[in-house]
Amino acid sequence: MSQYELVVGLETHVELATKTKIFCSCTTQFGGEPNTHCCPICIGLPGTLPKLNQKVVEYAIMAGLSTHCEIAEESKMDRKNYVYPDLPKAYQISQYDQPLCKNGYLDLSDGRRIRILRIHIEEDAGKLVHSRGNTYVDYNRGGVPLIEIVTEPDFRTVDEVREYVEKIQSIMRYIGISDCKMQEGSVRCDVNISTREKGAKNLGTRTEIKNMNSINFITKAVEYEFARQIDLLEAGKEVTQETRRYDETNDCTEGMRGKEDAQDYRYFRDPDLVTIHVPKEKIAELKALLPEPEEDKFHRYTEEYQISEADAKNLLRYRRCWQYFDQASEGIQNKKALASCILGQIFRRLESDSAKEAFEINVTPKHLHELIKLLDDGKIRMNLVKSTLEKMLDTGKPAADFLSEKDLAGISDEDLQRLCKEAIEKNPNAAKDYLGGKEKAIKALVGFVMKSTHGRADAQKAETTLVNLFKN
Amino acid sequence: MDSYSTIRKIQEGLLHREYSCEELTKSYLDAIERDNQILNSYVTVTPQEAFSAAKRVDQKIAAGKPLSPLEGVPMTLKDNLSTNKIPTTCCSKILSGYTPIYDAAVWETLKAQNAILLGKTNMDEFAMGSTCETSCYGGAKNPHDLKRVPGGSSGGGASAVCANLAAYALGSDTGGSIRQPASFCGVVGLKPTYGAVSRYGLIAFASSFDQIGPIAGCAEDAALVFDAISSYDERDSTCSGRKGAPCAESLNQSIKGMKIGIPKEYYEGLRPGVQKALEDAQKTYQELGCKLIPLALPELQYALPVYYILACAEASSNLGRYDGIRYGYKTERYNDLNEMICKTRSEGFGAEVQRRILLGTYVLSSGYYDAYYKKAQILRGKIVDAFQSAFQKCDIILAPTVPVTALPQHYSSNAVDNYRTDICTVPVNIAGLPGISVPCGKDEDNMPVGMQLIGKKFGEATILRAAHQYEKAARDTVFCPVKMGVEK
Repeated sequence: MSQYELVVGLETHVELATKTKIFCSCTTQFGGEPNTHCCPICIGLPGTLPKLNQKVVEYAIMAGLSTHCEIAEESKMDRKNYVYPDLPKAYQISQYDQPLCKNGYLDLSDGRRIRILRIHIEEDAGKLVHSRGNTYVDYNRGGVPLIEIVTEPDFRTVDEVREYVEKIQSIMRYIGISDCKMQEGSVRCDVNISTREKGAKNLGTRTEIKNMNSINFITKAVEYEFARQIDLLEAGKEVTQETRRYDETNDCTEGMRGKEDAQDYRYFRDPDLVTIHVPKEKIAELKALLPEPEEDKFHRYTEEYQISEADAKNLLRYRRCWQYFDQASEGIQNKKALASCILGQIFRRLESDSAKEAFEINVTPKHLHELIKLLDDGKIRMNLVKSTLEKMLDTGKPAADFLSEKDLAGISDEDLQRLCKEAIEKNPNAAKDYLGGKEKAIKALVGFVMKSTHGRADAQKAETTLVNLFKN
Repeated sequence: MDSYSTIRKIQEGLLHREYSCEELTKSYLDAIERDNQILNSYVTVTPQEAFSAAKRVDQKIAAGKPLSPLEGVPMTLKDNLSTNKIPTTCCSKILSGYTPIYDAAVWETLKAQNAILLGKTNMDEFAMGSTCETSCYGGAKNPHDLKRVPGGSSGGGASAVCANLAAYALGSDTGGSIRQPASFCGVVGLKPTYGAVSRYGLIAFASSFDQIGPIAGCAEDAALVFDAISSYDERDSTCSGRKGAPCAESLNQSIKGMKIGIPKEYYEGLRPGVQKALEDAQKTYQELGCKLIPLALPELQYALPVYYILACAEASSNLGRYDGIRYGYKTERYNDLNEMICKTRSEGFGAEVQRRILLGTYVLSSGYYDAYYKKAQILRGKIVDAFQSAFQKCDIILAPTVPVTALPQHYSSNAVDNYRTDICTVPVNIAGLPGISVPCGKDEDNMPVGMQLIGKKFGEATILRAAHQYEKAARDTVFCPVKMGVEK
């Protein structure tokens, strides 16, 4: 389109799904009456001290390992000093020059590699609530653990940015360290954008758009900002280094503060917290805890199990869902049928995203396994699987409770032979058509057999039997 | 209860039913009512808290149950130690009206043992000062001479113990704030090893220096209090608790053969009376069979700038939270948030605190960080190393606590003059070592002189033992409470 190239770097904040906050034992649960998930520590009362939640360190290391980062065996916590009412200590405890993870990467589908500079841990701030001309502070979110994933300025297109953010969310959700609910603010991005002439070596002056919690807005903001910067450059003007805000209603960005107002955070080591030591054995232990890489699993699902790409993606979207699938599918031949049961009947009962996330259903993986095993063994057919599964989901009882001996008996070869003969006799037109060269006509005869067995017959086998009867 | 009693004697009196704990408590509260108007040692008195604990103790005694080491003993807390439902202000206007909703770890421990809390004692605002005069309640006075300061910042606690308005006090020591007032008031003050006592609930001045410790009448009492408060606390990541057996158990072991380091730098520029008292103390130790080892610690020349840079840097961050939004003082008139915070802080903090916040903010600012903060951190490491190698040659170090005795009120308006009197106390905080100030005589004006014993990390037992043995040998220096209303 133009001779200009977009250059983007991302800082992604991901809320970790630990049960308790990073420096105290308050719950991290979203929502709740304002200031009810708080204690003297997370509201920074004088004299209180932070105590680092080791789960936070572990989760951050797992995030680092999943994005090919080096894990620092020694790191520390620093204070980032700034004044804002939602920050009760007037400093945020974060990591400055010794992050827990560094030098990782994430590969995109176009083959480009996005380098991850660092991943560090920090505490979230509270929230300002504006109501009827007043401003209130809710500290429920204060002290919720975050990781900040910082990339190099390696993005060249908006699509890459979008894919990266989606992929980061999918990885974090997959390894179970975050539920990545953008609408609840558990993933937020700061985007650094600059523009340069194609082929130029140096980076242009960048602007930063802070605190965006929707992929759509991120892409819109980047597109708008890129166009704005091109306009400036075309007009012979300079881009000024500043922090900008994305205005969702008017789809544009506006300046917040310039470089000269840039905050001096006066970082220094937090004297209340001790050095974080992560021995090699601990890293190995966490590595072993990580699930098989999502990409590998995806390939296995689609290639080995013959599950469609869309279905595989859906299964892998929810951690408890694929864990359920993996458990139920062990030793099953027809994994595709199992997947379709989960994505069809089971998902229909789990309407919302969070219901699918929680995956609370009446049927144990073992019971579903037993049901699909009957299909594998040719004892029942798919339509019976489906109707039985409905009953199982309603009652929580195993398949055996709903299937009679007759259901499980299947159709003997002699019976099938007899039924096929009957089908030809009772449908002379269809038989004539088939013999006349209309191969499709055999479907009508198969349909007759299926109908008369209430679906218990094997359609494939019935067709073969019919063809053989005609040959003879 | 006119005369001074040690903690053990007080408990013996309780157990022998010479007086009930309620009577004991009342006698202390009466003395406070009588003398505090003169001394201004207490900023809050807590009779309700005291009497309800005293009743529990009396019930226990009546039931024939044994008492824990500090049970039933009347004491006081510095006003920077958080006490649930009892105002805790750091003697700063900015915390006026603030009442904590939780107890500091040390108070939690002592409260569980039925310590009798008489009240909260005066201090320099946010523990920044060495005179007690920066308190928003006005300074406390030195019972030995009411025209002189009790020292600081834990001046209220030291003057209270000195005048027998409490059997012991808990103070905090960031650069000498326990030892220096103990020296000025002629009582014992112990600054424990960094990490020996939980800081949870101590309102921070400089987190990597602050440590809570006892001010008491004698080394044995200091040992009993230290033993009680030096337990591991998971809420303070920097706290490991005391290492080894209770210090009070080994006080009577001989110190014969102990090697006492005498670093010459500590003995430069002492007032004659201080010099003389220290020389006498050295002689006493020689008579007790100790060996004096001359030492050089040239690194100490950096101690004051290192301390003031690092402590102020930490303070500037620790004190950022006082903005008038959630608790404490809030300015009356303002137009917007920014003005509200600026005016609240300008009106709420005193001049010395503002000076240190500004200094600390400056040394952490980009462009100055390397020249000040980073350099000071490196030098801190050198001072730590210097002490470590000194302790390869000796067991403890003997030094003055302060080069002077108690200063007159309003001695100097020049901040640097005041900072200079911290020269002998700050090195111990920089290195995180334990130090104790013990009375060792009087100067020509009859004001008490303190000597300082410095130990290895977690070597409280050794310095307490050396202090106790000295007290036994040099009986004429032993603490004797000043009676107010008589000497006035």
